[in-house]
Formats: sequence, C-alpha cells, structure tokens
Amino acid sequence: MTAVLPDLASYDVDAVRADFPILVREVFGLPLVYLDNASSSQKPRQVLDAERSFVEQHYSNVHRGVHTLSQEATDAYESARSTVAAFLGARHEEVVFTKNATEAYNLVAHSFGNAPVGSPFHLGPGDEVCVTEMEHHSNLVPWQMLCERTGATLRWLPLTDDGRLDLTDLDTLVNERTRILAFVHISNILGTANPVDVLVARAREVGAFTLLDGAQSAPHQSVDVTALGVDFFALTGHKMLAPSGIGVLWGRKELLDAMPPFMGGGSMIEVVQMSGSTYAPAPERFEAGTPVISQAVALAAACDYLQAVGLDRIAAHEQALTAQLLDGIGALEGVRVIGPDTIEMRGAAVSFAIDDVHPHDVGQSLDELGIAVRVGHHCAFPVCRRYGVAATTRASSYLYNTAAEIDVLLEGIVTVQRFWRR
Amino acid sequence: MSNESLYQEIILDHYRNPHHSGLRDPYDVEVHHVNPTCGDEVTLRVQVAGGVVQDVSYDGQGCSISQASTSVMTDLVIGRGVDEAMQTSEAFLALMQSRGQLEPDEDVLEDGIAFAGVSRYPARVKCALLGWMAWKDATAQAVAASAGGAS
Repeated sequence: MTAVLPDLASYDVDAVRADFPILVREVFGLPLVYLDNASSSQKPRQVLDAERSFVEQHYSNVHRGVHTLSQEATDAYESARSTVAAFLGARHEEVVFTKNATEAYNLVAHSFGNAPVGSPFHLGPGDEVCVTEMEHHSNLVPWQMLCERTGATLRWLPLTDDGRLDLTDLDTLVNERTRILAFVHISNILGTANPVDVLVARAREVGAFTLLDGAQSAPHQSVDVTALGVDFFALTGHKMLAPSGIGVLWGRKELLDAMPPFMGGGSMIEVVQMSGSTYAPAPERFEAGTPVISQAVALAAACDYLQAVGLDRIAAHEQALTAQLLDGIGALEGVRVIGPDTIEMRGAAVSFAIDDVHPHDVGQSLDELGIAVRVGHHCAFPVCRRYGVAATTRASSYLYNTAAEIDVLLEGIVTVQRFWRR
Repeated sequence: MSNESLYQEIILDHYRNPHHSGLRDPYDVEVHHVNPTCGDEVTLRVQVAGGVVQDVSYDGQGCSISQASTSVMTDLVIGRGVDEAMQTSEAFLALMQSRGQLEPDEDVLEDGIAFAGVSRYPARVKCALLGWMAWKDATAQAVAASAGGAS
C-alpha cells in the first residue's frame, strides 16, 4: 500500500504534474488551466492507487470483527489516523474523522449545545460566541444556529478595507463572556492569512476556547496545531489531494473526552442499556456509525504525498505564483483585487473584480479559454457585502500550477475585457 | 472568444440597454428573488388590472444572462393578458430545460429565442430564469389578491 512518491531534489513542477492524470485533459480543445483549487483540488495517482489497492486487497468494515480483513482494514484506518495526526503535529487519539470541515464545526457547535448547565462547554443567555466577518459559511452558520438554540450572542471581528481583520476592538469583542472564538486561518475568498497568535493570546486571557478553520491552510503549508495553540482545528480532504467525503476535526484530547457526543450510534458507545448509554472516549466518541474508511486511507496517502513534495516548498512555489498573479492584475486597468494585494500574510486564493463584467460572465468566458476559476460568493456572502460586490472571480493555485498558466489567466482576463467592452 | 452560442448579440444588446428597467409606481406586488448559488438578485414589481399585465418594473444585480433575460421577459408580458403571459413563461421554461434539444418558436418567444444556447449550460439556466420566476411569483400573488378582494 506504500505510495510511490516523487523524489524531487528541487521543485520540479513538471514532475508533480505528471502525477495528476487529469492535468493532461483539454477543455474546448485547449489545455486545461485548473485554478479552482480553493474549491477542490485534483488527485494524484498515488492517492488514487492507495485507495484502490486498499479496497481491492484489504477492505472490510472497521472496529467490528475478528476476521483477517477486518483486522487489516482497522489497521489501515487507524494507521491513517496516525499519519494525519503526525501531519498536524498532533496525537493519534486527537484526530476525529468527519465527512468534511463543515461537519467538524457542526460537531463542536452541537457538542457544546448538548452540554448541561455546569459543564465547561455549556452556553446560555449572556454567553458569547465570536467569529470574524470573513468566515466561510461553514464556520459561521453553525455558530449562528448554536446561538439561536442556546440564547448566546454572536459577535464578529470586522474587516478593514484592505481585506484584513480589524482588531481595533478585539478586547471588547473577545471578552470574559466569550466562550469560543472560531476563526479562519486563511480566508477562502480574500486569501488573507490571519494572525493566529494574537487571537489565541486574547482568547486565553479571557478563558475562551479557540477553533481554527484550516480548510485553506492545511493543504498549502506546514501546520502544527500544538504550536498554533488552538483548542480545535479542522480540515477537509478534498482540498488537499484526497477524495471528497473525508475531513478531520482535531481537538485537544482532554476537551474531546469531556465534550458531549454530537451524533449517537454504533462505535461511539461504551455500554448501552435500554435505560441509557455511556460513551467511548475520543476519537470513537465522535465517530458514530461506519466511518468513511477508504477515504481516510486516501487522505493519509495525500498527507504522505504533500510531505514528500514538501509543504514548505509547496508554500514557496504558490507564493511565487500568487506574487506573479497579483503583480499581473495590478498592471491591468479596470481589474482590482478584493483582499490583500501583496503576498505578505496571504494564501494562494486571489479574488478579483473586472469593471463592468459580472463574475459569472468572466468565469464563462475564461472557461472557453480552458481556464477553470470559481465565480460567485464563495460561501462568504458577508464578505461580498462588505466589499460592495455581489460576487467575485477567484483564481487559486496549488502545487501543480505553473507560471505559464498564470500568464494564460492574465491574457484571458484581457481577452474577457475586450469581448465585454466591444 | 468562441462562446457566441451562449452570448448572442440579442442578449448582449438587452444586457447593455435593458428594457423597462427601474422600479415604478403604481404596482400591486413587489417581490425579491435571489439566486443563492451566485448571489444574483432582482426586485420586481407587477401591476395587473382587468386580467392584463399593466406594468413590470425591476431593479436587479446580476450577470448578462439574468439581466438580459429579465429585459426580454418584460417585453413579452407587459400589455398581455395574464393567461397568455403565463403561457409564454411556460414556453420559456420549457426552452431552458431543453438542454439544447428544443427549437424555440419565435412567434411566441420573440427575442427570447436567443437564450436557446443557454439551455446547454445547466449552470446558467437559473440565471436566465431569475427574472421570469420573480415575475411569475409576483403576478400569481397579484391575481390571488385581486380574486380575494372580489370575493
């Protein structure tokens, strides 16, 4: 099951590209330029092979049987958990497999909502939850729903005109009533990288739990959850070379073991009687039912792949592409970046607006040139409203994109302007 | 750029110079419809009297397809009987759901036939239907209200 990994002395983007079968396909007779990675990434052969060989040779349900395949499948599943834990600088028992990052946030929010009075996780009227105005809906709506259920109050850190968090009122917005501060590591729409240390320091001062949305950071840079100092962290597999259907909630073990369950069912129990049940410790406590097994194995293969290429080198490669794109857009008239327009404290997702052309039309026109970008509100409606746009066009690069592709996009933007202004 | 099959000149004309745009008085019903997948929105007013669509006015924010389609819609329903306009609306809906398999009737849909190509782009069909659905909703409400008032 060991994946064959690229041996790259220096960053060889062609060698990386050769691992991704889909990158050779054409769209409208033109080479595919895939710049929709913040939405979902493509998959390398090593990940596809790992999942396939697991299913072909070792598949069974996990944690349920004594037969050979059951044991092999359980070993593979738990070994995947260890791989992901190591990828995050965490302990094996602290990694909960979920469907995606969205489920991870809902898990924490529902668990807190299930906590009885007197529990450290209980929320009620007078308590507060703090988020930011740049949250993806996945890390916003579950907290709105939690506040509705419990009577707690939702607060949020606003944004500056240049796409950063406005921390002027941090000490007011995160206060002794704040029970949890949930915020995004790198914004999926603005590309902004947030100052985790500053926010965690304030949360600790007031005794608030912290949850970090790592959906856009874990795929692109080395993440050490212990060094970040947060209490919870989540990622989703499909944005980091793994299949859809697998995500991760990481949480500090003592918290996970004390939190009430989210979903009930098989696997998450200790003793079940008709009169009531007791629950298993984490991570099983939060993995009710048959989990996503082969997808977990594939996620581990994706972690192995990213580490073999080198997350620091991937980050450096993406930063060069992002700088090229930001510079290129900056040189074009009638195009503006929505979000930070320099590479400092920023990820690879670049949202932009072309004067007088709706993003939907931009995306459709770029598609005709073989260029895949995302258009819309990117599940961040409040951000669009904050910057006075209904939607944006977003280009987001990853480890397999090239400088030549960024040039194709920049030329494509000019072509779009010409078509829509004639 | 080769996507002329989608972006017909008629569509671009309506997009650049939309007909009947802006919100006007008097009106019976105002609705606000959004396309949650892309954030496009339209506020639309309808005035119905004597079984005839007297006026449709609107203010919208959206792509070329949604704006042009709303403009074409107003041409096709203003001054028409509600029943006839609803039939036209059904014909446009059928065209949009045809995935390029339906030959549109120019006598019924007039400039609306330019949207035949849109039906081949499932992601854009909702754009083309935004204004139509808002109109249908508002008109149904206006008709129901006047029926309720008469009884």
